[in-house]
Amino acid sequence: MTARLTHLNALESESIHIMREVAAELSRPVLLFSGGKDSIVLLRLAEKAFRPGRFPFPLMHVDTGHNFPEVIEFRDRRVGEIGEQLVVASVQESIDRGRVTEESGPRASRNRLQTTTLLDAIEEHGFDAAFGGARRDEERARAKERIFSFRDDFGGWDPKNQRPELWSIYNGRIRRGESVRVFPMSNWTELDVWEYIAVEGLEVPSIYFAHEREVFARDGMLYATSEHMQLIDGEEPFLASVRYRTVGDMSCTGAVRSTAADLGTVVAEIAATRITERGETRADDRVSEAAMEDRKVAGYF
Amino acid sequence: MALASTDLLRLATAGSVDDGKSTLIGRLLFDAKQVLTDQLEHVEEASRRRGAGMVDLSLLVDGLRAEREQGITIDVAYRYFATPQRTFIIADTPGHVQYTRNMVTGASTADLAVILVDARKGVLEQSKRHAYISTLLGIPHLAVAVNKMDLVDYSEETFDAIVRDFCDFAQGLNVRDIAYFPISAKHGDNVVEPSENMPWYGGTPLLEHLESVEVADDRNLDEARFPVQWVIRDHESDYRGYAGQVAGGILRPGDEVLVLPSRTRTRISRLDTFDGPVDEAFAPMSVTMLLEDEVDVSRGDLICHVDDAPELERELVATICWMTDAPLRAGGRYAIKHATHAARAIVEEVVDHVDIHTLKSDPGASELGLNDIGRVHLRTSKPLAFDPYSRNRATGSFILIDETTNDTVGAGMIC
Repeated sequence: MTARLTHLNALESESIHIMREVAAELSRPVLLFSGGKDSIVLLRLAEKAFRPGRFPFPLMHVDTGHNFPEVIEFRDRRVGEIGEQLVVASVQESIDRGRVTEESGPRASRNRLQTTTLLDAIEEHGFDAAFGGARRDEERARAKERIFSFRDDFGGWDPKNQRPELWSIYNGRIRRGESVRVFPMSNWTELDVWEYIAVEGLEVPSIYFAHEREVFARDGMLYATSEHMQLIDGEEPFLASVRYRTVGDMSCTGAVRSTAADLGTVVAEIAATRITERGETRADDRVSEAAMEDRKVAGYF
Repeated sequence: MALASTDLLRLATAGSVDDGKSTLIGRLLFDAKQVLTDQLEHVEEASRRRGAGMVDLSLLVDGLRAEREQGITIDVAYRYFATPQRTFIIADTPGHVQYTRNMVTGASTADLAVILVDARKGVLEQSKRHAYISTLLGIPHLAVAVNKMDLVDYSEETFDAIVRDFCDFAQGLNVRDIAYFPISAKHGDNVVEPSENMPWYGGTPLLEHLESVEVADDRNLDEARFPVQWVIRDHESDYRGYAGQVAGGILRPGDEVLVLPSRTRTRISRLDTFDGPVDEAFAPMSVTMLLEDEVDVSRGDLICHVDDAPELERELVATICWMTDAPLRAGGRYAIKHATHAARAIVEEVVDHVDIHTLKSDPGASELGLNDIGRVHLRTSKPLAFDPYSRNRATGSFILIDETTNDTVGAGMIC
């Protein structure tokens, strides 16, 4: 007997262990569920960690109001199937209440506004731990982040003074007002996520697969035309076969040309790709060399 | 479709400024074709801005703004790559003495450590320190990469002298397996591809070694250890299971087990997962254990086989790496977290202090300061079920937590 686990089994087991530690050590966790592929895996890992019991936490979605309708439809259906509670924190409500001001102009995005909505919701519900599906392979600042990422009472991250994190012993102690972001999938890669989705037979929103869509080109990316996007002079919408590699706000998530219409061809496409997912499809990371680091310091996921 | 059936190797890299550690990782990723176009463009542009003549692969791995500005590694960065043989997690750890605690963080989970040595400088104190910390943390395999061979004319004599030096030094280390590689990270010699510049070298390139080194046998499959993390209940089906990650040995339904600290005996009735029951569980599987008898089991308990129980004591001696400015002294009180068990601990005595430059033990020490390593005698508020770290990294390790700041201040390895 070899008593050997595949790398996906090993990653899964590590993630389950992390989620149970949080449930045991923190008093009011929440799991962030957007309907994107990473949070779909996160939800399955929660089932693996806590079934046949109920989840010891609710789910929460920070809804920018500019999400893809296919994803919102999927989110609600999946939450219904799983039978757990979903809290929706709305950026529109933050705008209506005057907590944030909507950006204007054709490049306006609600990406930055999410941070305020997220922090307000964490405070309002008294959450002291939030599970996120972020991975270290996504981006250079994330590559540095601990699995338990501590945030001060302003939600900020101090990258130069992180708690040592040894073995698989996690220190979940925090003071009132502080919180911890927990990334159970820190050690997964994009390809691991897709392989896991295939192995587990998980459903994902249809926009991850190739489909015909009206798009326009901006800054080297393809954006879907929608009521949330204003065209700039010279931008011409056209039909193309595209799919999404990441699912964020419609205003900052680009599509890629693809004919990969099922899981098998998507996995093959990811395995052969020569561009990172955030580099290819996320305008929010292109602002500067340290765009993600700056946003995380301010409280972003 | 080709699905994942490779295994996982966690490796840590250690080296100091100018050892070429970041360049080595960049080279591994680049030559293993794991660098994607946008990342490479980014690095090419940054190299040009800095006036570097050739593409500086080290820029691939520096994450934080302060690190790029200062050209040093402050905290661990994790990198991921896969070859058809294996999936790798690289913990790229800082080499500076003042960031030792971050190196310990990166090394604590590693199966293998790559120690960088600059061929021009030979085995310096810092290389010894990195090797010492790696072996202290129980990393069973060391790969010594003698870098910058291009700057010593690819000299066999230079390489052999460094190997001899390191071997002499390693006599005093507790390590099973050391391999040596003459490389040039900058030019790619013996990293992924064999070097044409060193025909005298008969060994494999570094990557081939990383792909083939056997790590499955490093786990303890003898003594069953199951720290209980969480009790799963479902009232409708009257379900009560004990969830946890196996920390050692092999557990099977029907096994007679002991629950510590109560020493209650019972048998495993079932080992559950979300995907159904399993016939056996071994590290690092996460499973849910059901027991035949209604016994009192809760988080922090440890379940083991009846005939090979660990120590159950309130006193222990451990090697501690200290991670905060306020020194550890006799009389100090801390929270201790050992596996899933939380208790309090008081420092009875500082036994010795190891000088991490000379690796000499100083039995006269009365305190451990930031980044110091030494042996400490602790007494705990409740008995802990533990093994020596050399037998089991999971049940032989603990952290100390400052109860006022909540910071993790010490990493302990039980002697």
